[in-house]
Amino acid sequence: MIDTDVLVIGAGPTGLFCVHQLGIIGLKCEVVDNLDKIGGQCIELYPDKPIYDIPAIPECTGEELTNNLIQQIKPFKTNFHLNNRVDEVKKNKNNWIIKTSKGKEFKSPNIIIAGGVGSFEPRKFAVKECEKFEGIGILYSVKDKTIFKDKIISIFGGGDSALDWAIELSTSSKVQLIHRRDEFRGAQSSVNKVKELEKEGKIEILTQYQLNSVEGKNKIENISIKHDDGNIKKIETNYILGFFGLIMKLGPIVNWGLNLDKKHIPVNTENFETNQKGIFAIGDICTYPGKLKLILSGFHEGALAARGCFKYARPNEKLRFEFTTTSKNVQERLGLKND
Amino acid sequence: MPKITYIEHTGKIHTIDVSNGLTVMEGAVQNDIPGIDADCGGSMACATCHVYVKEEWFDKLKKKEDGEEDMLDMAHKPNKFSRLSCQLIVSDELEGLVVNLPEIQA
Repeated sequence: MIDTDVLVIGAGPTGLFCVHQLGIIGLKCEVVDNLDKIGGQCIELYPDKPIYDIPAIPECTGEELTNNLIQQIKPFKTNFHLNNRVDEVKKNKNNWIIKTSKGKEFKSPNIIIAGGVGSFEPRKFAVKECEKFEGIGILYSVKDKTIFKDKIISIFGGGDSALDWAIELSTSSKVQLIHRRDEFRGAQSSVNKVKELEKEGKIEILTQYQLNSVEGKNKIENISIKHDDGNIKKIETNYILGFFGLIMKLGPIVNWGLNLDKKHIPVNTENFETNQKGIFAIGDICTYPGKLKLILSGFHEGALAARGCFKYARPNEKLRFEFTTTSKNVQERLGLKND
Repeated sequence: MPKITYIEHTGKIHTIDVSNGLTVMEGAVQNDIPGIDADCGGSMACATCHVYVKEEWFDKLKKKEDGEEDMLDMAHKPNKFSRLSCQLIVSDELEGLVVNLPEIQA
């Protein structure tokens, strides 16, 4: 069990800057995120898209913003627990006990939820019987590629993941690449490679098709795919891989006793605390009158929530307001040497 | 103000006045119409404001920009009348527009 002053859920820009604000006032924190990398929506949804409304930064990409924030919080040597989704939050006297999907446990008087619109989960097939085969014959990510050896694989999707895995698996499996339209949005070099492999007979490409049904008892035997013109085609398949990107799901947050307003958590605007003492919400996931879903708003919210955590983490101390320009305390926390 | 009609997957019809300049997505969100999530807030990054435009309206809309079709790859059961409602800006020409909402937003 990891003991900390604050558990921050979400490693997007709002969570990262909040780590900075916590560090400045001398609170320790741990960060949990369900993605495999730091940056949240900025890195997952728009790493290359320029952002123009970060104060004092006329233009930067989601990736640059993330890297700068990582740089900015370096002095605090924060632990990041990636690939972990917070599943359970329970009260224990003055602390919260937090459990993640990978079995990590934390004890903290404060939780700051900076979870965007929830955790990123793979988008799934629309076909009903797919649930039954999920994790067995239908996969949304590849953990062990050896299971595909000499099997027939139907890969759905038109982006880089679909193309890359089609190329990779074509060396040892029979690959059928199925996509809803003729154009692929993945890297041109991958598109070219896939088309080459098609000419060599190593990949079959089926476009303007979507999954229609899955047949099989304990394992997949056949699938049918439906063409835009309505025609249905039955093909033999052992494994289905679906690559439709990620979607944000609120997930277990709904079970933590928090008030919810649609998919958002209402907070006060004094310190962004929720209806639960010691649980704060900042960034896109919080709501209050006048809320703007801007990164800069998330920064402001994080600064106030960090200070809101202080009284629970240091009940016998008083928080003094200090500037980074002049405070020796703060500068020490930032690892600066004072002459 | 143009009237926009949103038809839920269940068949429930909502006809709403939406100000010019707003998007069809914003019209739905501001009026609490279920079935449009708009997780990313309109930056064409999530495909959770997916709608099916009524056939007779489809060609009257501004063509898709780069990126919209890519995002639609990720939508739930897209078809040839699929659009992202965050990319449809309301104007007088859209008076009477009808969109059907998918069963779920992925």
